[in-house]
This record gives sequence, structure tokens and C-alpha cells, in this order.
Amino acid sequence: MADRSLRGRVAVVGVGETAYYRHGQASDPEFVLCLKAILAACEDAGIDPTTIDGFASYSNDRNDPPTLATALGCRELRFSNMQWGGGGGGGAGAMANAAAAVATGLADCVVVYRALAQGQFGRFGQGPQSRTVSGDLALTVPYGQMSPAQWYAPKVTRFMYEHGIGQDALRAIALASYHHAQANPRAVMYGRPLTAEGYDESRWITEPFHLYDCCQENDGAAALILVPAERAKDLKQTPAYVLGAAIGAGYRVHSTPAGFATPDLASSHFQTLAPRLYEMAGVGPADVDVVQCYENFTGGVLMALVEHGFFAPGEAMEFLKLENLVAPTGKLPLNTSGGNLAECYMHGLELQIEATRQLRGQSTAQVPDAEVSLAVAGPMVTPVSTIILGSEATL
Amino acid sequence: MSDAYLPPGLPIPVPERNGLSTPYWQALRGGMLKVQRNPRTGAFQWPPQWIAYDDQGFELDWVEVAPRGVIYSWTRVWHPVHPALRDACPYIVVVVELPQAGNVRMLGNLLGDPRQDVPIGADVEAVFEHHADAEPPFTLAQWRLVD
Repeated sequence: MADRSLRGRVAVVGVGETAYYRHGQASDPEFVLCLKAILAACEDAGIDPTTIDGFASYSNDRNDPPTLATALGCRELRFSNMQWGGGGGGGAGAMANAAAAVATGLADCVVVYRALAQGQFGRFGQGPQSRTVSGDLALTVPYGQMSPAQWYAPKVTRFMYEHGIGQDALRAIALASYHHAQANPRAVMYGRPLTAEGYDESRWITEPFHLYDCCQENDGAAALILVPAERAKDLKQTPAYVLGAAIGAGYRVHSTPAGFATPDLASSHFQTLAPRLYEMAGVGPADVDVVQCYENFTGGVLMALVEHGFFAPGEAMEFLKLENLVAPTGKLPLNTSGGNLAECYMHGLELQIEATRQLRGQSTAQVPDAEVSLAVAGPMVTPVSTIILGSEATL
Repeated sequence: MSDAYLPPGLPIPVPERNGLSTPYWQALRGGMLKVQRNPRTGAFQWPPQWIAYDDQGFELDWVEVAPRGVIYSWTRVWHPVHPALRDACPYIVVVVELPQAGNVRMLGNLLGDPRQDVPIGADVEAVFEHHADAEPPFTLAQWRLVD
């Protein structure tokens, strides 16, 4: 049988982003933000934008590949891909889809992109304003259960209840993101540090989430360029190789808003993915040098780290302390650019960029000699996705 | 309706055009709680679906179930995300498991003091909250702790 693994066959060679804005603050239209991020990634890689022949995104990005390819003057369009469902859970999935296209010869140069101007369109955090609701929404909205924070909170409450986990664990995750953002001039929260007291005194959004447990809503765009591994060596940057990836969910994980019916409620839904991820990548949790883990809400990070094998649920209170989560000295540096909480909510694609920068030695919170870099997308949604990138030394 | 848990102005629940969940909403109007059950295996399932999860058959029954449950999880909402809820926070949303219906789960509000402790594992019973003046009228299943 042919080798069905992605391991070592595709590399991330370019990353780019626009300036990151608070929601509603970007002066460019969303499509222009998207173009600028893609051009920045091409510039970073040292490739001609017209040689892009594939596009991959997620969460129903409004900027479709034919329009982008036309606008950019791409000579040929070979791959036009959307990861279905899951909102930010598709970030690593879009990377995996792009890598699969490159590895199998469907395309030679694929850009993974996400553009989001929530100020120009609807905001994720607002409830539906319609007069009536039907289907699964009708089972939650009339009870005032109508935003992502509200839908996911009971999953975290149940997990914390089952394992005796307190608020301090969530706080450490929030503090790690804000800590790292203070070194990152791109971060929306650069220059706006968060203290433990600031977290404790912040208002509840919906228990167990304080304000600082919840992601921002931002405007901006981000993009990454993927090419075959053999081509990567000739380009400008140190390549970050795809070692493994996984997409999906376990048994009967309902889409939001019917998530309350999911049998395994107290989960971020990586139990079936993590073993596949590590098997393809040929590494285990102990080999991972640095983690980017999507904070829609800190509780999702808690469960995702457990499900990726970094600690048992009963060890969460011991492990999730700020000193363990910060670069360069922590056991498991987490969200080293500031993540969704404090760099930018670019729907988690900024985490894929940061995972790449760590392998190049270009992070503003660099982990020394990072060789294995994990980036986890959208815990608690479905489908979720997760990816491991590695340096040349890991091949 | 004045004794509803949340103020008026939220979107009104109506069955889908294809009628999948109509038996549920009709039963609530009559003060009954109904869920789907596979007539071939006896397996309960929720939320409404066209096909049985366990044997992929399309024939599903709607059966009345005891309006009793157990609190499985919860959240207390402090930040309103809808204009109708601006002065309604905090309020409590509970995930309720129905042991007498195959442990299917439903959402609802926990009636009573919105600042009360919410005991996971506690027994609750359904309270049918009729919104007779809504257009169209509807009924919600709410939950209260059993003494």
C-alpha cells in the first residue's frame, strides 16, 4: 500500500497577516484584508502570487477562491476547498486539506486563508434577532441560550465538576495568552497586561467564563502558503513541515446549538483525533515543544490539553499554572503570540502562523530549539481539527 | 405572559416547515413532554431527527415521557446577547437528563432564585410555561428542583 501519511511531504513556507484590529476598526473591506494577507504570505515566502494554484479555508469564509484567484491573477486554479462546519474548529483542517492537495499532486502551491471583519458583517457573540426560530435553535434560544459562550459553558461546567477543577485552571490559560501578548507588537492586547486580580475581578459572561475567558472579536486576515517539501528548501524561510493532522469528532457529537445532546458532553472532542494525530506525526505528547490551542473559551483549552495527552484531568490544577505555560521556561509554553484572547481572534489561523514562527525561531516569545509545534483548532465544536508541524530535524 | 421566567421579546419557537418537531411543540401545548423512540429497538433519541441513530430506520414514534429529570450541567448567564434580555440577567440554563427516557438531554431554565446554587445530580420536574398570548402561541418545558 502506498504511504497514506502526510508526514514530511508538505511544508509551510510563507505566513502573513494584516494589522489586527478590534472589531469594526479595519478601514479596508474584508476582501482587501484577505488579499493583503495572502500577498504578505507570498512576500514572506518569496513566491510570485500568480503561482498560487490552490485555496483552502473554513467556517464559510466569505472570500471565495475563484474571486481571489481572478483578483490575484493566478495563472491556474487547481484546488478550491472549504472545510465544512465547526467554525474555528476548521483551522487546522484547512491546513490539512491544503497539505493533502499538495501531497497528492492536486495542486502545487496552496494558500490557507481566513479573513474576518466582524464589524462589516454580523458578530459571532450576538444572539439571533429574528422573530421566530426553528429546528435545534428553537430548543435553546427561547431559554436565553443563544451565543457560543452560553452553548459551550455547560460542557466546561460538567468537566470541572467531574474532575474537581477550579477557576484557577482557567485563569492560568487566560494569563498565559495575555503574558505572551505583551511581547508581541502585532497583538491587539499589546501594552494591556492582565493580572490575576484583574481576571478575578472581571465580570462574568456566563459561568464558568469570566470576560477574560472569552475570545475577542476582531477584524483582519491571515494566510499561510504550503508547497511540496522538496521545493521548500529553495525558498526564503526555514520550512515548517507538516508531520501529522487529524480532523473530525467522535460518536454523535451534535453541531451547535444541539450540543447539549452530545453523549460525551464534557469534552472538547479530540479523544479520537489525538491518537491519529500522534500516529501520523510519529511523535507523542512528550515530544511537543510548544502548543497553540484555540481559545474560544479557556475551558475548551483545558479539555483539549487533556485530550492531547499533556496531563490527566486530575492533574489539571497542578499543571495549569502560569509558570508552566510561559515561554521560554515553562514545561508547555502555550499560545505564545497571545492567541485568540490577546493577539487576535483571526479565527485561530493566527495560531497556525505562530506554530510556524516557533519552528523558524521568529516568535516574539520564542521557545529555545523548538522542533515540534502543535496547533489545535476550535475545541468543543464539531468537527475539530489539530496539526503538528516539525522542523527539518524531525523528518 | 407575566409569569414566564424570561421577559417577552425573544424569538418564538415554531416547528420547521417540514414539520419534523411539530409533535413535540403540540404536546407541550397540552402539558405533555414527548420525545422520539425507535419502535423496533425501544431506543429513545433527542433532539428530533428523521432517522433512528441505532438502526437507521426512518419510522420513529413520538412517545410521552415522564416530565422528570436530573440536572446534568448548567450555566448562569450574566451578559445579555439579546435586547430582550437586557434587564433579565442573571438567569440559569440547565442541561437536564431524563433517566426514564434513555438519558436523553434537554435544555431549560431552572426556575426560582437566579442566584441559587445549582446542584448537578439533583432531581427536577418539568413546569409547562404557556405563552398563550404569543403569535403563534407556544409552551416551553421549564424545570424546578424537586423537594
